[in-house]
Amino acid sequence: MAEVKLMKGNEAFAEAAIRVGADAYFGYPITPQSEVIEYLMTAQPHLTTGMVVLQAESEVAAINMVYGAAGAGKKVLTSSSSPGISLKLEGISYMAGAELPAVILNVVRGGPGLGTIQPSQADYFQAVKGGGHGDYKMLVLAPSSVQEMADFVEDAFDAAFKYRNPVMILSDGVIGQMMEKVIFKEQKDRWTEKELIEINGSWATTGKTPDRERNVITSLDLDSHKMELHNHKLQAKYKQMEEEEVRYEEFMCDDADYIMVAYGSSARIAQKTLNKARAKGIKVGLLRPITLFPYPTKVIHKYTERGVKGFLSVEMSAGQMVEDVRLAVNGKAKVEHFGRNGGIIPSPTEVLDALENQIIK
Amino acid sequence: MDLKDIIKPENLVYTKTKNMTDKELSYCPGCGHGTAHMITMEAVEELDITEKTIGVAPVGCSVLAYEFMNIDMQQAAHGRAPAVATALSRVMPEKVIFTYQGDGDLAAIGTAETIHACNRGENIVIIFVNNGIYGMTGGQMAPTTLMGMKSSTSPYGRTAEQNGNPLKMTELVAQLEGTYNVSRHAVHTFKHVKKAKKAIKQAFKDAMDKKGTQVVEIVSNCNSGWKMTPVKSNEWMVENMFPYYPLGQIKKNGVLVNNSKD
Ligand SMILES: Cc1ncc(C[n+]2csc(CCOP(=O)(O)OP(=O)(O)O)c2C)c(N)n1
Ligand code: SF4
Repeated sequence: MAEVKLMKGNEAFAEAAIRVGADAYFGYPITPQSEVIEYLMTAQPHLTTGMVVLQAESEVAAINMVYGAAGAGKKVLTSSSSPGISLKLEGISYMAGAELPAVILNVVRGGPGLGTIQPSQADYFQAVKGGGHGDYKMLVLAPSSVQEMADFVEDAFDAAFKYRNPVMILSDGVIGQMMEKVIFKEQKDRWTEKELIEINGSWATTGKTPDRERNVITSLDLDSHKMELHNHKLQAKYKQMEEEEVRYEEFMCDDADYIMVAYGSSARIAQKTLNKARAKGIKVGLLRPITLFPYPTKVIHKYTERGVKGFLSVEMSAGQMVEDVRLAVNGKAKVEHFGRNGGIIPSPTEVLDALENQIIK
Repeated sequence: MDLKDIIKPENLVYTKTKNMTDKELSYCPGCGHGTAHMITMEAVEELDITEKTIGVAPVGCSVLAYEFMNIDMQQAAHGRAPAVATALSRVMPEKVIFTYQGDGDLAAIGTAETIHACNRGENIVIIFVNNGIYGMTGGQMAPTTLMGMKSSTSPYGRTAEQNGNPLKMTELVAQLEGTYNVSRHAVHTFKHVKKAKKAIKQAFKDAMDKKGTQVVEIVSNCNSGWKMTPVKSNEWMVENMFPYYPLGQIKKNGVLVNNSKD
């Protein structure tokens, strides 16, 4: 039966991980996302679903544990916040190279360096443009409510296994810490060993049985020609994601002269701005990208063809996603960025001022 | 007597284990890695655990171990094999998990993962090939490089002031509650190979019995990195490596052994 609960975004993510039938979680504490591992440790899913929860000695170890479990075909997650995600990037690159499915949550805080524990969206480039070494991409989902912190766990696993690729849920300190109502789906069973072998047995290291060749998980090939072919294969997957996985939400975009583009908690703020602006008679809309990679480029392009005069990218960063808006607009309209840094959350009025002064004026 | 009279099933004294592929080893002739691979895979076959054994290869000369070991394998990032093995063992407790790592992998970049996997007493086998040098990258200094030993990054010989003393990682992890059997071996003579294989077999058994982390160090040669002939490198190993890294049992069934002489 579906259940309604009041909880923090981080807790909703953890509860959803148990309910989706995840096999394992490996993590290391860091604010503002430690509630994920705390919730899991308290819930003791090993007693109910059999899910393994382990506090690793570092984010480096945690992501490599994720690599190991993912290589065995298991549904595995980890979570961290910005400095910890930096440490996980080597492992993420290895997983992309070795084609391993996994779900990684980043509850972003302000940087650079140790930065601040307050919310931020300054890890957009890191999540969307690579971050780790090599030509790889992750599918990136951006929740803007506690409900989506829960729902995206299943969506992320579906995509991770469809593409055999790590999927990132790029959240932020607001969404992770705030409490909202959330509806949970029913508990799903974890895959049995038999099901797992049926689904992933062609590649996962479950133990070599006489009926098949050995399975190897590796990102290495010393033969450059083979490595190039492997890269082509990866790029084809990313291309397919661009064709099949783009998700977004539109608010009053149909008649809009101006469009705000915002994701995550900034989209929540921009919704308030939208109401204020419409009350003043400004015809503004809001586009909320739900997937940051693949990006809703075509939708933005469509707006420019319809004659939208200006776009304001609202982010809690110095201006990162704005580059993708510019690429989509391709010089056909004005594109500006508005954001606050270092853990400061902009107010709807500030965003409205920016819209009026930077775009409309 | 004709050759055909000799090649008969009843005269068979040795066959290569099915757990090794037919791929030609990529190791330098004379290198100990090949023998260490072979006895690990023989142990797995003799214990009849091929179908449930998963190995983790390191970054180092043995990065391609998965090309030679005919079982399911994962290749880990440099130093992270114990973390990968931890997860494998936790999510598949009924399986048998081992890592195969060099000294740079295990005792330098992977120190944290090694110590914490051992400290948690993960039910895994760690096969640690210590050749006192970074073989794969061309003979740079390792944490295990002996005092005064020359390498491409200690061209005038290792000094304590500059680099600290050679790290006895195996003795270090033996101190941890989580380790059960910890021993040091070599594979340069038949006698030593036999002993090393016995230890590896026992390690697999103990890991299956959930006794904690099993560490088998194999002091080995790197004739290319040491810039010696294979024969000379083995002599040098006996004369120089063994006194600092004495062979024998370091911890037996969870209890530290005082006399670790061979
Ligand atoms: C993160 C990272 N740093 C450095 C390297 C380069 N590297 C490859 S193997 C190696 C040393 C391996 O030495 P060891 O573990 O002793 O194994 P051996 O080759 O001697 O068997 C290094 C430094 C790497 N691959 N990854
Ligand atoms: S470089 Fe050294 S460790 Fe590597 S294969 Fe050659 S002899 Fe063996």
